[in-house]
Amino acid sequence: METGVLLDMYRDMVRIRKFECKIVDDCFPKGMLYGNFHTCIGQEGAVVGACCALDKKDFLTTTHRGHGHCIAKGMDTGRMMAELFGRETGYCRGRGGSLHVADVSRGILGANGIVGGGIPIATGSALASWINGTDEVTACFFGEGASNEGTFHESVNMAAIWKLPVVYICENNQWAVNTPAEAVLNTPGVAERAAGYGIPGVRVDGNDAEAVYEAVRTAVERARSGGGPSIVELYTFRMRAHNSSDKEIRSQELRDAWEEKSPIKRLREKLLAGGVAEKTLEELEAEADAEIEEACEFAAASKYPAPETVCENVYKNDNERSVVR
Amino acid sequence: MSVMTISEALHEALRGEMLRDPKVFTIGEECGFDGLYGVSTDLEKEFGDKRVIATPISEAGFVGMSVGAAMRGMRPVAELMYIDFIGVCMDQIINQAAKMCYMTGGQVSVPMVLRLPMGSGRRNAGQHSQNLESLLTHIPGLKIVAPITPCDAKGMLTAAIRDDDPVVMLEHKLCYNIRGEVPDGDYTVPFGKAAVRREGTDVTLIGWSRQVLNALEAAEILEKEGISAEVVDIRSLVPLDFDTIAASVSKTGRAVVAQECVNRGGYGGEISAQISENLFGALKAPVVRIGAKNIVPPFAHTLEDAFFPNTADIAAAVRKMMREEGSACG
Repeated sequence: METGVLLDMYRDMVRIRKFECKIVDDCFPKGMLYGNFHTCIGQEGAVVGACCALDKKDFLTTTHRGHGHCIAKGMDTGRMMAELFGRETGYCRGRGGSLHVADVSRGILGANGIVGGGIPIATGSALASWINGTDEVTACFFGEGASNEGTFHESVNMAAIWKLPVVYICENNQWAVNTPAEAVLNTPGVAERAAGYGIPGVRVDGNDAEAVYEAVRTAVERARSGGGPSIVELYTFRMRAHNSSDKEIRSQELRDAWEEKSPIKRLREKLLAGGVAEKTLEELEAEADAEIEEACEFAAASKYPAPETVCENVYKNDNERSVVR
Repeated sequence: MSVMTISEALHEALRGEMLRDPKVFTIGEECGFDGLYGVSTDLEKEFGDKRVIATPISEAGFVGMSVGAAMRGMRPVAELMYIDFIGVCMDQIINQAAKMCYMTGGQVSVPMVLRLPMGSGRRNAGQHSQNLESLLTHIPGLKIVAPITPCDAKGMLTAAIRDDDPVVMLEHKLCYNIRGEVPDGDYTVPFGKAAVRREGTDVTLIGWSRQVLNALEAAEILEKEGISAEVVDIRSLVPLDFDTIAASVSKTGRAVVAQECVNRGGYGGEISAQISENLFGALKAPVVRIGAKNIVPPFAHTLEDAFFPNTADIAAAVRKMMREEGSACG
């Protein structure tokens, strides 16, 4: 892979990490914002490697753990942060928050607060491309926990029947809140389930951004050329508790072991070994810091939505009458 | 103008919109054949299997896919075989379709139609005989309509497909073969406009779907007894045309709301409350709701007929209302 592309991936991984750490380690404890935040800290290799394999015209749906996909697909961190702060300048005018952040103009059909809820939506997006005969691919992100929802089975089956241009990207971070994957899967992972639908299923090291990119790229190309869906399972580890309000129940030892396999650390070492100057990486990291600080300042300085706008946007047509009666 | 059934009118609307707009497609179980009740007859031959999509038995999957396709600018018309099956795809209706426009701050809307055959009286027992619309009227973000004439069926399905929001079409299973005049060509019946089906001066009978037909029959019977009943077909549950209801009840001073769903928690209670809140001074008697008993739809005809409200129940409620009022006045 070209060093330039790897550097771009590294930059996005660092931006995502700094964005989320800013929220959960700084803004949230200080009471600057409220709600629950589900971070992908530790999973950035999977997130960025996969999103990097998509084209600008492609679509994605993400999950409650979706900040990373949004940033990697090009959303502005300031307006993202403003949405998490519940401000009018946020992508969803403060109506959605962390769980529902979306930028449809960039193909981001939304995070989703219902586990498994976005899987049919992604499949429907692929159905739209199939009906229209256009070549966008839709990436459907979900966790190993969501693979136990009925929507997963129904959607993958239909996508397989009609060869829809969708890639099911399972970020297996091994934990559904506090339930370990092995307690709820009778297979080593989710990739094995692909056989049941007659489609390809692969599992790759989700903390190796480059390997993720290659696997997802193969699946995307297959989908784009009419070959139908695939399941790509990205084996990774969530470094933090389920969300910003949850207690960590996993051992320090386990978390330390995974810290050693950190996707950011790993790509950084690879870049250095490939001849990239440490100074280049430090500059890039400093830029990310500055960007996130600025995003936070923008969010904190933005206005909350005016209470009199509370009934807006329930309906696109005839909103006022439909809300009143 | 042609005379046709509700089923044929729905077919004409769906076909007309599929011809007019390549973004319109229909999706559901068996819709590649005749679809349920003949609404999609021959459409697959005409438009192909990418616009008439016969699905596996996967309601949560294909209703959710309709949401996703609609977010991409398509105009899906999804059909369930029975409204009873919303149980298996409720998340996609209430948490996804209904909420996308709001949660995204208006970035996107979900211009899909969900056709739901419903209704009691076909001896289909507990899981195929319900009227569950009141579960959906409780959910902001959905529009809900219930045409009961062929003319309304065509005009409201056309309007539903063109609407930018998710629209639930309630179709009574016993009424698909009702015949009536339907205008030729392209027209819409806008939502949020009730129809006064019969004028009267003593009492207003308010309902939707098949209960409108029962109310009209009850009005005929009552007329012979010297009671003049006005019948308001609300047609559109959300948005609701309360102005037409208010004008009628202000005139008659009495209101009976007839609903085929179980009475407890039914949408008729909402209408009743709005009348009481807004028109208390004009009322000569408390508003009365008629609905199905608060039980599971039974199988045996003797039981099912005792379960859901009919013409005689509406007429009896009116007589009782007039009688009690008379005695109260001495």
